[in-house]
Amino acid sequence: MESQKQVLERVRGAFRSGVTRPVQFRLTQLEAMMSLFEDNETQILEAMHKDLAKPKFEAVLSEIEIVVNDICCTISNLQTWMQDSYVATNLATKLDDCFVRREPLGVVLIIGAWNYPLQLILSPLIGAIAAGNCAILKPSEISQATEKLIAELIPKYLSQECYAVICGGAEETKTLLENKFDHIFYTGSQSVARCILQAAVVHLTPVTLELGGKCPCLIYGRLDMKAAAKRLVWAKFFNAGQSCVAPDYVLCTAETREMLLPFIKEALESFYGSEPQQSPDMGRIVTDRHWNRLVELLKKSEGKVVIGGQSVKETKYIAPTVVVDVKESDALMQEEIFGPILPILTIKSLDEGINFMNEREKPLALYAFSDESQVVKTVLERTSSGGFCSNDGIAHMTLPGLPFGGVGASGMGNYHGRWSFETFSHKRGCMLRGWGLERVNVLRYPPYTESNLSWLRWATTAKKKGWASCSVM
Amino acid sequence: MSREQKAVERARKAFLTGRSKSLEYRITQLKNLLRFVRERQNEIAEGLKKDLRRSEFGTPLYETLGLESEINLAVRKLKDWAAPRPVSKSMMTISDQVYIQPEPLGVVLVIGAWNYPWAVTIGPLIGAIAAGNAAVIKPSEVSSHTSKVMEDLLPLYLDKELYPVVTGGVTETQELLKQRFDHIFYTGNGTVAKIIMEAAAKHLTPSTLELGGKSPCYIDNNCDLAVACRRIAWGKYSNCGQTCIAPDYILCDPSIQDRVIEEIKKNIKEFYTEDPKKCLDYGRIINERHFKRLMALLEGSSVAVGGENDESECYIAPTVLRDVKPDAKVMQEEIFGPLLPVLTVSGADEAIKFINQREKPLALYIFSSDNKLIKRMIAETSSGGVLANDCLMHFSVSSLPFGGVGNSGMGRYHGKYGFDHLSHLRGCLIKQLKMEGVNKMRYPPHTADKLGWARFFILKHVDFGSLGRMALLALLVVFVAVILQRNYTD
Repeated sequence: MESQKQVLERVRGAFRSGVTRPVQFRLTQLEAMMSLFEDNETQILEAMHKDLAKPKFEAVLSEIEIVVNDICCTISNLQTWMQDSYVATNLATKLDDCFVRREPLGVVLIIGAWNYPLQLILSPLIGAIAAGNCAILKPSEISQATEKLIAELIPKYLSQECYAVICGGAEETKTLLENKFDHIFYTGSQSVARCILQAAVVHLTPVTLELGGKCPCLIYGRLDMKAAAKRLVWAKFFNAGQSCVAPDYVLCTAETREMLLPFIKEALESFYGSEPQQSPDMGRIVTDRHWNRLVELLKKSEGKVVIGGQSVKETKYIAPTVVVDVKESDALMQEEIFGPILPILTIKSLDEGINFMNEREKPLALYAFSDESQVVKTVLERTSSGGFCSNDGIAHMTLPGLPFGGVGASGMGNYHGRWSFETFSHKRGCMLRGWGLERVNVLRYPPYTESNLSWLRWATTAKKKGWASCSVM
Repeated sequence: MSREQKAVERARKAFLTGRSKSLEYRITQLKNLLRFVRERQNEIAEGLKKDLRRSEFGTPLYETLGLESEINLAVRKLKDWAAPRPVSKSMMTISDQVYIQPEPLGVVLVIGAWNYPWAVTIGPLIGAIAAGNAAVIKPSEVSSHTSKVMEDLLPLYLDKELYPVVTGGVTETQELLKQRFDHIFYTGNGTVAKIIMEAAAKHLTPSTLELGGKSPCYIDNNCDLAVACRRIAWGKYSNCGQTCIAPDYILCDPSIQDRVIEEIKKNIKEFYTEDPKKCLDYGRIINERHFKRLMALLEGSSVAVGGENDESECYIAPTVLRDVKPDAKVMQEEIFGPLLPVLTVSGADEAIKFINQREKPLALYIFSSDNKLIKRMIAETSSGGVLANDCLMHFSVSSLPFGGVGNSGMGRYHGKYGFDHLSHLRGCLIKQLKMEGVNKMRYPPHTADKLGWARFFILKHVDFGSLGRMALLALLVVFVAVILQRNYTD
């Protein structure tokens, strides 16, 4: 078995050989990725089921379709994205070629997470391949079945020289991080992210961090309660609440809460029946450790459980749970929940809700439910978050046109669609000059004179009148 | 509470009032900055003269003309840059608003450098202000006179609380780095960059690092040697070689080495007279430490032109070294001074190999009349930026991203890149609570039927080009009709 160092040397050698540069190579690899999904749907669904008891529907949409969609989008557009983009030039540089060329960075490291174990490692890979890089994949060791599958399928479908899978836990990851990469893409928690950043410092490696946080969901004003409840419940309990963009907690007035609760109950029953434990559409918690953490949170909470609250250790089951009368200091409000527990906090006004959200770290997603467009607008303008979605949850991250990423404590950098391509590219500014116009250049050479300077100043002024900007020198 | 902590807290408080969010406010501040640059040319020039012996014309030429250009661009374009940017939708979101909203990050820390103290300190500040941030400005203490001008005069033009100038040395910078920022923009060297990135890591703060490296300059046999050498001489000896994108060393065929040296010698004389020491257009090394460092680099290499020096004045003549070996002292670090080593290589292949064996530089210069060769060199190397047949100029093109890659840095700025880089590009999906029927297919209980529909519609990216708008709309109409019908029959 190859050691980490051997794998890295091989992959770096492959990059140096230039094999990943031609667009045809990249397209071939992307098409192979498509085949990986097409040929192995059954095994993928099995692995999802083993790791998270993920309902087939969820697995298909959130692990297969979303990635395949991104691959299609990338294949269709790659040639365009790769083209040099010519930029505006001015009077003196009209004869010059000024363009931005996107180039591969080199060997990139992609560290996946366990909640969407396939999506979160293969979606970034699309961008890495499209941008012409070689890549090392480090799938999460927590979602073991998927980890095994990735290790098996990637070498089967993709170039073994250019893309390798390295498996392992915290120790192996630490060792891996001692090596030099040209970009590190990490999805996961804030605490580990700090370690990743520290490791990146040594080699001055740029990083993308897709983290989480407590994604607030503000429900306010006049609204269609039934529809809002359905969408909220769908987004919250998808993957048993284990989504980085799941609505973590709800903020609403007491009146709204009273009207909302029956509809939430109705939605839950319509989705999972009266015994969610029996429903094949309700997921499970990924490990015993996480199950314990969530059950503890619920125990410590001083709120009132109005829906659900049941849990079964053997199957790592936690019922879709709603807790009300939750205060700011509650256990449920101290960390990202990442489970099927929905606290509802009451506010007296929109301002109070907005201030509450702003006093906290910037989340990965922020949700506002209201039929009043002014309410939505106000929340959008007065808050900050990675992404924003009104009157629905999670949906915004399915659009490859939108940059998906955090800000502040929820992360740095972004991806999806073209954003992935750009994340894994270096934008190289290129200027090709000719030999002519040396007379114009004379203005800039010493001996410096007042008159030359005046000419230069004049030329700079000329550009203000509608020419694109560039100093004439 | 330390002075640094106070300044940062005040800036954050000022940011939280929301006043920097309005475009009018940002434009006013930018216009004030422009006024400052224009009205205070004398003070700026005085400071530069004392710090770097910058000539009178050097100030506008190398520092302020560029800033004026960037400020004018930002003022003119701000409305466009800050406006929501619509993006393509999916089938399911066809009636929703989908766009990217650029937003301020919060409080940005700008750490300047001493070599072009105005260009590299105020340059990033322009982007920070345009993006609606507050910014703490930490000018380099090495260019101490300029630092004082910034400290004394900037507050007379800019919002004192939003854009404080915090001066000081290592201790003060370390104190600043303990505070939490939303972005740190640093221009300088790799060693300090690591310290900055480490401090930023604690708060998960993103950073832009504009570093340096050894920017290679390849001179092809096939080129207008006279013009090439003039441009190279200008690029190298401006600011006494203390430019992050100065051509660090030359690679050329042995057959043209003599001529290259002759031409450069000729241009040095034309620019700086027979005695550059007396010429006002020629600068000085910033301080004794760097003077000593540069003199030590000369060891082991043969001087073809120049070499004269005077420690008392931190003066080093425009110098060219010939037949330099790859393991020479002068090739082990970024020179950042008026020493120009010439290394001989037998053609472009060897040059490319040589360049690729080293860290990715901030700039790559290629002098050739052969466009194919230029394109090949670009394709087979990597660097922050590339400039063919001239030096330094790409820095002044606002529409080109300016930044490094690998060891030469991360992130970029100038023009819209500066604005985007210091903004948060927030993805927004604005939906209505209507059309709930359409969502049915995604809700449990899941059925094979629903899955079929969902696979087809939920995620499909709308690619109008290939399918044709009409066909797609027809499909959507059919789809909606089916769903509505299902609703009625439920």
